[in-house]
Amino acid sequence: MNDFALLVQFSIAVPIVAAFLTLFVKSWGRPAVQIVSVTGFALPLIFALFLWGFYDPSTPGGYAFVSNLDTGLEMIGVSLHLGLNGVSLPLFVMASVVGLAAGLFAAQSKAENLSRYLFCLLIMQGGLMGVFASIDIFFFYFFHELALIPTFIMVGIWGGRDRNYAAMKMTIYLTLGAMLSLVGLIAIYVKSGAESFDLITLKAHLAEIPLADSVQNYAFGLLLFGFGILVSLWPLHTWAPLGYGAAPSSAAMLHAGVLKKFGLYGLVQVAIPLLPDGMGHWENWIVWLALGNILVVGLIAMAQRDLKQMIGYSSVMHMGYAFLGIAAMSVLGVGGVVLMMVAHGLTVALLFMLSTMVHHRTQTFEMNEMGGLAKKAPVLAAFFVCAMMASIGLPGPGLANFWGEISIFLAVYDFRNWLVYAVVAGIVISAIYGLRAIASVFYGEEADEFIESQKEVSVEDMSWAERVPALILIVVMFFIGFFPKTVTESINDALESEPVYAQVEE
Amino acid sequence: MSAEIFQKIAETNTWSWITPELAIGVLALSLLVLEVILPKVAHGAIPRIAILGQLVILGYVVTGTCAGTLPAGEAFGGMLYFDGTGQLFRVFFLGASIFVSYLGMVSLDRRTLPQVEYFHILLVITAALMLLAQANHFVMLFVALETATVGFYILVSYFRHTTVSLEAGLKYLIMGALSSTILLFGIVLLYGAGSNPALAGSSQDSLNFGNLAGFLAANPDDTLGLIGMILVISGVAFKVGAFPFQIWIPDVYQGAPLPTTALLAVSSKAAGFAMLLSFSKVFSALGDWFYPLLSALAILTILFGNFAALTQRNLKRVIGLSGVSHAGFLLIGVIAARTVDWASIAILFYLFAYLLASAAVFSVLVHLNKDDDSDLTLDDLGDLAKKNGFLGLALAVGVGSLAGIPPLAGFIGKLLIFIAAFKAELYGLLGVAIVGVVVSIYYYFGILKSAFFDLWQFQADEEEAPTAIPGSALGFLGKLAIVIAIAGTLLLGFYQSPFSSWLVG
Repeated sequence: MNDFALLVQFSIAVPIVAAFLTLFVKSWGRPAVQIVSVTGFALPLIFALFLWGFYDPSTPGGYAFVSNLDTGLEMIGVSLHLGLNGVSLPLFVMASVVGLAAGLFAAQSKAENLSRYLFCLLIMQGGLMGVFASIDIFFFYFFHELALIPTFIMVGIWGGRDRNYAAMKMTIYLTLGAMLSLVGLIAIYVKSGAESFDLITLKAHLAEIPLADSVQNYAFGLLLFGFGILVSLWPLHTWAPLGYGAAPSSAAMLHAGVLKKFGLYGLVQVAIPLLPDGMGHWENWIVWLALGNILVVGLIAMAQRDLKQMIGYSSVMHMGYAFLGIAAMSVLGVGGVVLMMVAHGLTVALLFMLSTMVHHRTQTFEMNEMGGLAKKAPVLAAFFVCAMMASIGLPGPGLANFWGEISIFLAVYDFRNWLVYAVVAGIVISAIYGLRAIASVFYGEEADEFIESQKEVSVEDMSWAERVPALILIVVMFFIGFFPKTVTESINDALESEPVYAQVEE
Repeated sequence: MSAEIFQKIAETNTWSWITPELAIGVLALSLLVLEVILPKVAHGAIPRIAILGQLVILGYVVTGTCAGTLPAGEAFGGMLYFDGTGQLFRVFFLGASIFVSYLGMVSLDRRTLPQVEYFHILLVITAALMLLAQANHFVMLFVALETATVGFYILVSYFRHTTVSLEAGLKYLIMGALSSTILLFGIVLLYGAGSNPALAGSSQDSLNFGNLAGFLAANPDDTLGLIGMILVISGVAFKVGAFPFQIWIPDVYQGAPLPTTALLAVSSKAAGFAMLLSFSKVFSALGDWFYPLLSALAILTILFGNFAALTQRNLKRVIGLSGVSHAGFLLIGVIAARTVDWASIAILFYLFAYLLASAAVFSVLVHLNKDDDSDLTLDDLGDLAKKNGFLGLALAVGVGSLAGIPPLAGFIGKLLIFIAAFKAELYGLLGVAIVGVVVSIYYYFGILKSAFFDLWQFQADEEEAPTAIPGSALGFLGKLAIVIAIAGTLLLGFYQSPFSSWLVG
């Protein structure tokens, strides 16, 4: 299987190489830039699908396509150790899908300085592919930062309203989160005595000699709040809606869809397996803060009048379900979280993209100033309704989010019965704001402002350039929705082999 | 000192071991000679000759280090001690000097001031600092330090027609003299304590680092020795700009000519850490006092540097104050080196990363067309990225590396220091360092914001766009310097193999 390890390396390297190429081919005109960048996004998807096809769930040790390179930090136990297991592979594929959609959408956008915009986006994509392919927790962190820095730049330069403030706030919040998690990772590295940042080595080492309780508690605390800030855990979430509101849509797609999953992935793959007792210590914290995400942020989302802000808050709210699923600490719950991460990544990316398309037609994000768009743009309306339904988690279209959320709910019920009421209340909340958004944007009477703006900009339905990225996302969503087994099997196998999760199941 | 000491010194005068320093001295003198014998039209070549000469010497040192043919051990009667760390500092100071020479070339070309003296003094300072890093005796240390410091007095006030430069020179002179006095007083106390025949472990040559360490180990409670140590540390704290001896930094950095600011920021700071690394061996017996003292300095330095930089608009002051906070991070490394033996390598890595990042940032600043570089503000960076993308990239890489953003060298430097600190169980310091990093993001980001994010703000009024930014015309040497700084920073961030094996070896 190691033959394909090169493909994993390529999926990280290709976007980064393409990024630099876009700068060089700039003088050849816009089409050259578009072709190079779209190739940079498409190749990782092809590689990822190929790897998915050849993945053997029964791989010994859990990781397939493994490669190990020394970059010169061997003295402190760091090496570029790449590979994919059952949990990371679905996310790896999802990252490449969302990446291609975001890349296609960006390539046809009217952004100024398109080549530099695509440069940032491609660097980000390279980092994202690296995050999920890293077995070494140093590089896991490193790739996250590599993807994060372009986000700040893109918000600052190509952002919308309040971009300076939003970029600054995001930078400071996320740097704090990143620093806390870095110290947490260093804590594991130093205290374990394994002299290695390698996840496999650390796991084996800590299985024999677990860390002392006190160390586990503070290290997990650091990771929980460090990752928590990155995943927008309530009440540390305030950067997220603001940042997504200001971010250009492709950046928001990649960040909300993929990069934010870094923190959850870190909890599932690194923090909990390595520090199981620390998890027990912080369990109640996670539950209560997650409830804050679901209920408090849910109500805030309901109060939003701005479409993009509302989607931002709703994505923060959904992180609450993920934290609850993690707190349940069972294969079912955590598996549900991973499935939901995949599905949510696709959905939220689609929603951000569609809301920008709505903006192009109505010239505003204020939902009060729209209305009746379905008559003018029926295809857009259909896509939007589908995406919003999926985001709410309605089972109707058989979409992927439903399977993730239902397994989380079942696991949460086993975990603490009463939590289910809160979770159901959350569903009601998201149904209210979701359906109301659909109603006020696409149905009903056209608002006066919308009629006014139509005099300047005529409203047309989705062009093919807009349909293709949306179709890519929605097709994958449907695929996972109808054939969840393709994803869940590998997740299940990977989690079953993890003693922390399997243990609680019995 | 008795006659036999001089005899011993004379016997161990292995001049060949200080070939690089001697070569720099010869180069410095020959620059002056060249100015006399060359016709006026050819004077423009002298700075290039200086750079070329230094490159040759750098090549000699680097190949010597790699091949392991450079000396190791004591020489000049214990005045100097040669080891791997000393060689690395030699490389560091030479590298810094080459890039300051380049900055000087660009900066002085715009002015009607004598040029050759600048390079002459710069070379003398560099040679002195190289000897300082290898000093094994307080007399040697003091003489080398003063040679460098006197040179700095001149270079700080080199723009003698501008009042800010003169003011900075005066401030630096007074504060520098004060700190030298404190250091000297500390040395005298140590001498007095160490050569007291009534105490165990005393020696006639009590200022030799080895002898002094032996004496302090035998008498860890000696009050004079303790006071001497505190005074010596205070003197060094002035050099590195550690709290509470940082007060001169903003004014002097702002007023000094840009190349001198760079030299102060890089070489002077590194010299301080070279001294601290050797002192940590000398004062290891006083560890119970030495390390808490450094810890307090580190905490205050990080907090002061970062919080003071928050509100600054003047670029050179921001860089200066951010340098203060870097000194704080490096102090953590020195403290961690007590228990973690590779922490001194982390310090060197951090210094090299800092050198490259500073090279990138200062190369950008020196190209901003402003007659008086002391009032460069963040606003002068407006539109930089749009007017000159190459300089914008250099600034982004340099500032990003200073801020410690992966995948740049500065991040790896900070990471190594953090790991070392964690291993040494310095949790409090680590917490302060994290606060420092997060706060520092604000002002580093501010620099980038004014260079990049205001990109399209001025589009409406195109004609009154700021003029401080050069359209193109960097020259081959300028491009080369910036490319080396960027490539080095990226390389040390991504692929450290050759460098780390060189450091360790």
